[in-house]
Order: sequence, then C-alpha cells, then structure tokens
Amino acid sequence: MKAFLSTPRSAAIALAAMTLLAGAARADITVISFGGSSQKAQAKAFYEPFAKAGGKVVPGEYNGEQAKIKAMVEAGNVTWDVVEVESPELARGCEEGIYEKLDMSRVGAKGDFVPEAVTECGIGVFVWSTVLAYNADVLKTPPRSWADFWDIEKYPGKRGMRKGAKFTLEFALLADGVKPADVYKTLATPAGVERAFGKLDQIKPHIQWWEAGAQPPQLLASGDLVMSSAYNGRIGTAQKEGKTNLKIVWTHQIYDFDSWAITTGTPKRDEAYRFIALASEPRNQAVFSAHIPYGPSNVKALPLIDKAILAELPTAPRNMESALASDPQFWAEYGEDLEQRFNAWAAK
Amino acid sequence: MPDVALALPDNPGAARTVSLKAQLRRAERRKKLKYGALIVPLVVFLLLTFVWPIAALMKRAVDNPEVVAAFPATCALLRGWDGRSPPDDTVFATLANEMAATRGTPVFASAAKRLNMEQPGFRSLMMKTAKALPPAAGRSAPAAGRSARAALIAADARWGELAAWQLFARNASPYTARYLLASVDRKYDDAGHIVAAGADEAIYVKVLKRTFGMSAVVTACCLLLGFPLAYLMATQPARVANVLMIFVLLPFWTSILVRVAAWLVLLQREGLVNQALRAAGIIEKPLELVFNDIGVYISMVHILLPFMILPLYSVMKGISPLYVRAAISLGCPPIASFWKVYFPQALPGVGAGGLLVFILCMGYYITPALLGSPGEQMASYFIAFYTNQTVNWGMAAALSAILFMATLVLYMVYLRLVGGQESASRTT
Repeated sequence: MKAFLSTPRSAAIALAAMTLLAGAARADITVISFGGSSQKAQAKAFYEPFAKAGGKVVPGEYNGEQAKIKAMVEAGNVTWDVVEVESPELARGCEEGIYEKLDMSRVGAKGDFVPEAVTECGIGVFVWSTVLAYNADVLKTPPRSWADFWDIEKYPGKRGMRKGAKFTLEFALLADGVKPADVYKTLATPAGVERAFGKLDQIKPHIQWWEAGAQPPQLLASGDLVMSSAYNGRIGTAQKEGKTNLKIVWTHQIYDFDSWAITTGTPKRDEAYRFIALASEPRNQAVFSAHIPYGPSNVKALPLIDKAILAELPTAPRNMESALASDPQFWAEYGEDLEQRFNAWAAK
Repeated sequence: MPDVALALPDNPGAARTVSLKAQLRRAERRKKLKYGALIVPLVVFLLLTFVWPIAALMKRAVDNPEVVAAFPATCALLRGWDGRSPPDDTVFATLANEMAATRGTPVFASAAKRLNMEQPGFRSLMMKTAKALPPAAGRSAPAAGRSARAALIAADARWGELAAWQLFARNASPYTARYLLASVDRKYDDAGHIVAAGADEAIYVKVLKRTFGMSAVVTACCLLLGFPLAYLMATQPARVANVLMIFVLLPFWTSILVRVAAWLVLLQREGLVNQALRAAGIIEKPLELVFNDIGVYISMVHILLPFMILPLYSVMKGISPLYVRAAISLGCPPIASFWKVYFPQALPGVGAGGLLVFILCMGYYITPALLGSPGEQMASYFIAFYTNQTVNWGMAAALSAILFMATLVLYMVYLRLVGGQESASRTT
C-alpha cells in the first residue's frame, strides 16, 4: 500500500544523520529494494555478508517509481547509491543518464551470468515471475491457466491483478489464446490493444487491483480473493510461513530480471561496486534463493541450491515450458501510452 | 489640513505651507517605509515559498524543452516549414548531423522519450535511426542533404512520411499547450488542429467532474453532520462543550494515515462492521464497504468534519441567544425563528467551513488511493501518477494548474457571494 512510500525518505534522512554521526564513514551505502519478503531475503543473503566484509548497508524501499531518483540526479544530491530496478526502467534510466554505465570487470566474470542479466547499466540480481496464484481452500478444482482466471461461472469470486497495464494486458491476451511468442507482436498493434482491453472488460467488475507485492498473499489468505496475479516469491514465502493453501499455476508465467544499478553521481561509487560484486557471488545468490524462490542471475549459484528449492524457481525447466519473457524494450516504448490508456479504461 | 492653507492663493505664507506639506509628506513616506520594512521578511518568504513555486509549476505546464535542446538547428528550420510539403534536404541533413552529434547522450534520450510520449514507437525510430547514421562529416551541403535524406529513409521509411515531421515540428518550439490540452481531453491532430481526444483516451474531464462531485457530496455530508454538533457545542455550558470539543479534536490530531488504515480495518470484508452486522443477524453476506465509493465517502467525511465544525462553532459562539428568544417572544414559531433569525447569522461559518472542506477535498489523495477503486480516484491521484510512475512532470504540472485554477475560480465565486451578502445586510 501507499503507506510505505514515505519510508525511502526516512531511510535517506536516517542515512544523512548517520553519515554525520559517523564522520562520513566510508562504508555506509544506501541500497533501495522493493521491500517485503524479497528485501528480508536480501538482508540475509547480501547485507549480512557485506557487513562481515566491513561495509554497512542502509536499506530503503520503493515501489519502482523513477521520479525520486531522477530528481536526485538532476539536483546533484544523490543519496540512493544502489537501486534495484526492473528492466524497462533500467533501459530508460540508462539512456537518460540516471544510472551509471557499469564496469563489468568490477562486478564479476561476464560469462558466469545468464546473458540477459548483463546490460549496459545493470547487472541482474534475480529472475522473478508473475504467476497465477489461488487459495486452494476456496477453489476445490484448481484453475489451470489464465483462461480459467477469466471463467467467472466456474470460479466465482473476486480476482486480484496488479494495478497497471504491464502484465495485465499480457495476461489478457494469453487468456484469449494468443501464443506467448506472439503476445508483444500483438500488443504493438492497435487491434491487439483493443483485443486485450476487450478481454479485460469481461471480468472488470470482478477485479480488485493491488499495488504492493505483499498484498496478493494477504488478500488470498484472508479469502478476499479467490485467485490473483502475484509475484511467485511472495507466494513462496507465504507458503513457507504456513499458508500452505496458497498455490501457484506456472502456466504462462511472465518472468523478468531485477537488476542492480548505480545512481549517476553517487559519492560512494567504490562501495557500490563492492556491494554489487558481493551480491553477485554464487554463494550469496544461493542463500537468497533459499530464502525466497527467485532464480539466481549467476549460473554458478545453481549447483549450490537445494533440489527442492530449484523446482520452485521460475527458471526450473518445468516452470519455463510456457513462460513468457517480459520485453523491456516493448515496455520502454509503449509503456507510457498503455499505462495512460489503462488509467482511462480503469476509471470508466 | 494643510490643504486649507493652499486653498487661499494670495496667502503670503503659501511657500512655507507648501514646504511644510512636502515635509509632512516626506515624514509620512519615511514612516511608511519603516513600517513596510517590518513586513519585508514576510513578503520575501511568501515570494519564495508561495508565488515562486506556483509560477514554476505553471511554467512547467507549458514547458517543452527536450526536443529543442537536442536538435536546436533542426527545430529552427522546422519552425519555418509549412507542414504540408515534404521538408527539404537541408532539414534532413541538419537532423542527421544533430542526431549523429547527440546520439547516446541523455539529451538525445530525453528528446526521444518526449516524442515517444505523443507517438508510441517514435523512441525506437529515433534510436534505430541514430544507430544507422554514419558519423557526421563535413561534406558539401547539397550532396550531404541528398544523401542524408536517403540515409534517414533507408534507416526507417517513416522519415519519408509527413506525419513524422509534423510531430517533430509540433515540438520544435520551447513551449507547448499539449499538456494543458491533454488535461481537458483535447489534443493536436497531425495537421496541428485542436481536436477532442478519442473515447479510449478521454479521462480528465470526467475525473475533474468527479473531483468536484465528490467534494460537493463530502461538503454537504460534513455540513449536515457538523451543523447540529456545532450548535450543540455553542449552546451547552462550557463544561459539556469542552468535552465535546475534545471528541472533535482528538481524531483531528491523529495522523490521516492512521485514520485511513483504521477505516480499512473496520470496513473490510471480514472487518469489524461486517462481523458485527452478521453477528446481529442483520445481513447474511458481508457488505462491500471498502474499495468503492462508500468507503471513500465515510472516511473523507470523518477526516474533514473538524474543518467544518471549528469555523461553524467559532461563528455560532458569537451569536447572542437573545435574538432567537426575542423572535419567539414576538410570536414567531421556533423553527421559523431559527431559520430566519439564527441561520443567517451562522451563514459566514457555513461559508467558511464549506469552502475549507471543499478545497481540501479537491486535493485529496491518500484516502481515495487506499480505500477506493480506480473509479473513485480524483485529480490528485493522476498528478501523483504522472509525477512518480511515468515521470511526466509536464502532465502533472498541467493537471495541477487546472486544479489550481478551478480552486481560484471557486474562491472568487465565494468572495462574490459573501461580499454581496455583507453589503446587502448593511443596506437593510
């Protein structure tokens, strides 16, 4: 929910206060992530080893909005040193100079990473995926696909989707029978956009929109929703916390990378590189995946991960069978237009 | 009083009087300056924190610097272009040169993003073209022009079409009305005429209407609930009134976020209200009280009620009970005497409270965002959307400017009404 939007600022203030107290100690860097269980896993996997190595992470969280970072860079007063960003924002931020071009030699061996994880300004942290999740206590016959998500008669009740065009439109097309390989081609045409919104119209009164990744597991567990789009990691950690009635349908999952990026003009560039290099090490990435089922970007981490966990990652071969890779170029290009269109549609 | 002396033309002391008058005037002026100096800090403060930010905001709403910053020479040429015939070779050559010079820089990316905002697909067109162009070289102009035209069209056929250049030309000036037009669901077509936005894009007129409508409903509810309470407080002995005042002020001092979250807990599907109603056997299925208009209205009225009660109370406190008593003793029935004698005296409080609540309502963001569905979002939600999500600050500024203007107009109307009433009451 919107409530935690204020936390990054308080984190920044806390950081400012701390640097003053510590006499600008070299080691404190602010690392901004998406919060919730993903950040808890990052604390175990990345912040703790970094602290052991003599550094200190001041954690902060945000919901992916680039405005604050852009304002910081323009004002020349950068207090967020390392930021976790989604791929379309990374691509745009890189072109617009919000993020620094990354010197891969200071991060690790390029060959160790999944090829898509290495970009000009970022290095992948993990692969995450948006899946169909449901409450097995409420739904006796498990849904199998996004087409079932649209089947109001067979599965009555409220459905959750992320408020925004991204992934919502893809899921609509997938439910309408478009093949994963054709989704972005279709969505780039006016007719395809029409088709996606038309499909969404069918279930519009039954959708409850969510904004923060922590919401779907809560709303599913409380019975407010019968099924929802959700980040697989959030469902995975909820299962681990005892909400075993929450289940994932991997059919037509959409996966993407979250990457580390260094904010242009940060005074702590060296520390930022040290942190990113450490967070990219196989050992630490394996710890991360053990805490939240997101796939590592460093392929050398795979042998270090428990077999049972591997099967629950978005990158597990069985889960990848019908998966769709999110297209950052498409969203960098059409994102603003489609989000506006989505707003107009949602407000009707 | 020196005028008396001046009125006598043949007064021998006239010269002295004039100088006396001048002296007096000088002394007055000095005094004014001295007093004026006392409010200088306030004026500076207001300029810095009030006037300047609003002016900057207004400017942001019409600013269009991106394309001009990246391609100044091309823009200068396009400003003189008629927009109907294909642009000549020099335009192609200049653009090719400027693209080659700026490609890969943030300036270029911002310009591409700006153009993409109007025509999705333009960003990749720019990126692709810039990548395909040879490095800028100092060849003779006509030859370079011809080859630049060929090179651009070879990179992408869209450069051979008028639409791409018209889009470019529309953004060749450092100011644009585009954002303001978009805020009222209007846009430029390819030929540069202002047309209504398509049904799929039109949204803001409806949102503005909704903003006004919801504010009006909330204000009316606040008045209906607040008026009797303020009356009660004004007429009770101080001890009771103070206790009532504490009930009004306690929630007022609590953070808005806490109050909104509390309503969420109370009103949600499995919340206290639904549980209580079900336990009492009044309903069988839980009511939908939140993520729709009901939840938004309940919590907004709750949050804004003190802003209605406090001005009402302060006005009512000053109304002497003697007038109503006199009216009743003269034979006017109680309801009529309340309506004819008491209510007109309370009207300034109704006006002030109503205006306060209405204006606060129009800028409300957090309550609808947390308790409403997309169908309840007001103008400020979209301002936040453009500021944070899409980093389209021009659009955010334009929407803010529209909202600001609407508030100003409203305030003007209020002043007119209240001012008219005061002069009317003076004449009677």
